[in-house]
Amino acid sequence: MSATAVAEFASDGDLVTRARAAVEQVCDPEIPVLTIADLGVLRSIDMASDGAIEIAITPTYSGCPAMDVIGFEVKAALIKAGIDNARVRQVLSPAWTTDWMSETGKAKLRAYGVAPPAARASRRALFGEESVACPHCGSQHTEKVSEFGSTACKALWRCTACREPFDYFKCI
Amino acid sequence: MATTTISFAETPLLNLVLRRADDALILGHHLSEWCGHAPMVEEDIALANIALDLIGQSRSLYDYAAQVEGSGLTEDHFAYRREQHQYRNCLLVEQPNGDFAATIVRQVLFSTFMDLYWREMMSSRDSTLAAIAAKAEKETAYHIRHSAEWLIRLGDGTDESHARAQAALDELWAFTGELFEVDAVERSLIDAGIAPDAGALRDRWHERIAPILREATLNIPSAPFMQSGGRSGRHGEHLGYILADLQYLQRAHPEAVW
Repeated sequence: MSATAVAEFASDGDLVTRARAAVEQVCDPEIPVLTIADLGVLRSIDMASDGAIEIAITPTYSGCPAMDVIGFEVKAALIKAGIDNARVRQVLSPAWTTDWMSETGKAKLRAYGVAPPAARASRRALFGEESVACPHCGSQHTEKVSEFGSTACKALWRCTACREPFDYFKCI
Repeated sequence: MATTTISFAETPLLNLVLRRADDALILGHHLSEWCGHAPMVEEDIALANIALDLIGQSRSLYDYAAQVEGSGLTEDHFAYRREQHQYRNCLLVEQPNGDFAATIVRQVLFSTFMDLYWREMMSSRDSTLAAIAAKAEKETAYHIRHSAEWLIRLGDGTDESHARAQAALDELWAFTGELFEVDAVERSLIDAGIAPDAGALRDRWHERIAPILREATLNIPSAPFMQSGGRSGRHGEHLGYILADLQYLQRAHPEAVW
């Protein structure tokens, strides 16, 4: 039985649930410990009026080069789950914020060696006193090396206690 | 030989979108020229990251320009297949990178303006422009922090870094007047609630930039004459070099794709 035929028998709700289960497992290509659901990049999963599954994703940063790969992987995950009739679209509004990152996501990020985003309040302050805990030893004795890091979403920090450099997920 | 240049009817909305898109693309391209040449590896990465944000913003805007134009053109046609006189960027963003101080001064002057502009555009009646603005504003606020901190270090640094930062400011200041110019094209869109009134941002921009320059111990130049023309396609020589570099492949092999 073809995937389309299966889809015809399933109720709309079932199909969306199956699509959700498949898509929520897709990982970010640059931070593979996080799923796109953890990151808040996955915005919605709906059934369009023509019966297609419609997935909305939003970029973390305007120029994020991972978006094309994420779109491709979402489609691949759906095909694997037997859902061929699907569309992926990019949405910009509302604009992504680090506040959307799940607590599970933050914990996974820390375990991976990347400091999760801290509070947003100080983002406009020059030479702002951000307090970022070292993801390796937990010390608060850390300092910023650069506002920008290895990907659009990260800054470069180092720990003055354990001497390890680390990535900090920029807070926007 | 047939021309590879596109032609299209430039409605006020399309013109507005291209102004914003061209600013972002040209500045993003300039910043990408620092890749591999910045004074230190962290700055190499920082400038490339800012370039990436700007080129990302330009893509969203060109994509919208293509939708507005509506005859089947794509974002690539707008970026790669227009002549210099069809470009609508302000003159400030096409000024050469110069030394690190000149690049940082250009960043501070432009991004402090754009942050105010995007914040206003977030309440545009055009929902696509409002969405692009909301995204770009967050990125621009972050860029200001990077560049303003650098300008303070350079201005309030050594005699050499101070002299270079002041020279760059004196040179680039004459291009800031154009940021606040409002012509008939923009006026109609301002009245319709689609575009922010750039002219009304001048005082707020001064309030924003003055404390940064003061902390950097730099003097605000008194420029009696402001240079403009970019919004109507009258550019300096520098833009031509950027376009030659940027457009070579699509001009030689139109419609080539990866």
